[in-house]
Amino acid sequence: MKSLDELAKIKESRRAALKIREGVPSATEKAHVMMCGGAGCISSKCLDVVDAMKEALNKNGIADQVQIILTGCMGPCDMGPVAIVYPDATFYRRLKPKDAEAIVEEHIMQGNQIPRLMYRTPGAKEPTPRVNDIDLFAKQKKIVLRNNFYIDPTSIEDYIANDGYAALGKALTKMQPEDIIEEIKKSGLRGRGGAGFSTGMKWGFTAAASGAPKYVVCNGDEGDPGAFMDRSVLEGDPHSVIEGMAICGRAIGAEQGYVYVRAEYPLAIERLDYALQKARKNGLLGKNLFGSGFNFDIEIRIGAGAFVCGEETALLTSIEGKRGEPRPRPPFPANAGVWGKPTVLNNVETWANIPEIILKGADAYAAIGTEKSKGTKVFALAGRINNTGIIEVPMGTTLREIVFEIGGGIPRKKAFKAVQTGGPSGGCIPAEHLDTPVDYDSLGALGAIMGSGGMIVLDEDTCMVDIAKFFLDFIVDESCGKCSPCRIGTKRMHEILDNISNGKGKEGDIELLEELATTIKATALCGLGQTAPNPVLSTIRYFRNEYEEHIRDKKCSCNVCELKE
Amino acid sequence: MVACASNASNDELIKQLDKIIDPYRGNPGGLIQVLTKAQNLVGYLPKWVQIQIAEGLGVSLQEVYGVITFYTFFSLIPRGRHKISVCAGTACYVKGTKMVTTTIKDLLDLKPGQTTPDSRFTLEIVRCIGACGLAPAMIIDGKDVHGRLEPELIPAVLEQYA
Repeated sequence: MKSLDELAKIKESRRAALKIREGVPSATEKAHVMMCGGAGCISSKCLDVVDAMKEALNKNGIADQVQIILTGCMGPCDMGPVAIVYPDATFYRRLKPKDAEAIVEEHIMQGNQIPRLMYRTPGAKEPTPRVNDIDLFAKQKKIVLRNNFYIDPTSIEDYIANDGYAALGKALTKMQPEDIIEEIKKSGLRGRGGAGFSTGMKWGFTAAASGAPKYVVCNGDEGDPGAFMDRSVLEGDPHSVIEGMAICGRAIGAEQGYVYVRAEYPLAIERLDYALQKARKNGLLGKNLFGSGFNFDIEIRIGAGAFVCGEETALLTSIEGKRGEPRPRPPFPANAGVWGKPTVLNNVETWANIPEIILKGADAYAAIGTEKSKGTKVFALAGRINNTGIIEVPMGTTLREIVFEIGGGIPRKKAFKAVQTGGPSGGCIPAEHLDTPVDYDSLGALGAIMGSGGMIVLDEDTCMVDIAKFFLDFIVDESCGKCSPCRIGTKRMHEILDNISNGKGKEGDIELLEELATTIKATALCGLGQTAPNPVLSTIRYFRNEYEEHIRDKKCSCNVCELKE
Repeated sequence: MVACASNASNDELIKQLDKIIDPYRGNPGGLIQVLTKAQNLVGYLPKWVQIQIAEGLGVSLQEVYGVITFYTFFSLIPRGRHKISVCAGTACYVKGTKMVTTTIKDLLDLKPGQTTPDSRFTLEIVRCIGACGLAPAMIIDGKDVHGRLEPELIPAVLEQYA
């Protein structure tokens, strides 16, 4: 890519071909079928539906007039396989191979949409045909997932047609490095990995740090159980991450980036690898980008299954091919990161926000969200909730809106008990706080954390002692063992919880748990240990009666724990 | 020393392993990438593989062993032809991981970490495969996700893998 003009030409020509996805009927094509190719829909056998559809198109002799595109995750995993048929933007769900023929012959060839395959709002008489009218989507605001309905993740032209790489072009030809950092600071963007540190400040520290070369790293080691947002971004829009990283490279003076992805996400690795090749081929990675003299390239590093590698210092050590053990901070990665050199490390979702901020400006971005938490947040809804899947909402949306309006509430008329956020580092928020606006600070005040965005909904049948034990069990398993508060302390806490859930709990156990928790939080080496007691502390805070019931009455009202007399 | 996933002779394996090592020769930073590819080639990471990698990259054998035992992805012992990874992430846990492992135990007499005597299956518990929307779920052979599992559905799933 030599210039902005060249990029604009690709955009124009591709955009014309994609008009049909904006609702403009085409003279040469009958339809574009966007089939969700997220991991959830692939597991629900969407590829069989694609095969059946191709067969139906061939049979009717219109294969050259209909495109079938496998997109990134569209969000509503429990309705999978899902698809959108353009130009009329009809949303179909729970597709079976036998439905493919109906879509081809009735909808695409005769123009009759198929009500039985459409989404129906619970309680509504009529189904909702158009995707943007569906309540589940209408309440969302998509920035990170801006492309997941529209583009083919394997087509760099599709990405460019939707303003892709225009932000990189702008950053390289019209902005100075310090302007870029200032813009990111002004946007108010905070780290989406969960800790919520100002992204612009992080970049500023690294730009100012002495030492060369500098590095840009993407944390795609999404390890929190119950979180699959980063996976959706990498699978659905890998170029947005590449573009964000390249912009940062320019801002801090780095020429090399690394994306660290966990081995459990083979499709994300495949799509990202393909996107990197396409970017290189189109001169959007490599030497002298946009004729600016700026060079940048990215390598993939595959995580080999260690939760602690999501912690930044452990991740950087793992990139170097070593045991992924954390180390004390300071020095922070901004001064001593990969190979001891200044490094910016942000998570996948943070990177995907960057192009939008640079292109549309910090003010537009900062207009969304709350006073101290700007923009949107992607959440993975799971557990005892009707609409499981991926959603993106403005910061400040309440938990009630997320769980009951977008998430569709609790299945089988059960009562809501709590929502768990932030995985093993987070906490449980009970029903009385459902009207809390979701942002970094208000969740922190409740003893939970924003975390990376996993939201597990728990209903009346979930035992909170058992949940606390589940997270501690996870931590004991994943603690790297380098520091003793985490290695020994969490083990002791787990033993006490195990006793309580077995009916061997005794008076004073709750207080002992609290004491251990406070010590571990204060003394553990890294983020994993420092936050490990949170699930226990927050369940004690809101559900102390359940602990007392297990200890005093040797009873589990939810019938989850098997207590021995 | 010969037990391997492919049927190539040991000499052939040594040659192929050298090819994997070549781009990283003398570069300790490539250790995890080399181990990942070596395990895909051989099926697991026996001592002769570790020695060849240690010498190729210029790191100590102890360091290679240390990295292998740190990451759950790597194995020092041979595994079955098919790897069943039952997800024990939070969403799966609250929706029935215990049911899945109990059903598999009843069907195959197999506990986590074990391999069936006929080397058909290895069972392991993993932490969140990111298919929370389909909980409870398991992955077979690292790529086939089977979600919304129920006890009566599991036998048919396992039958697909000989």
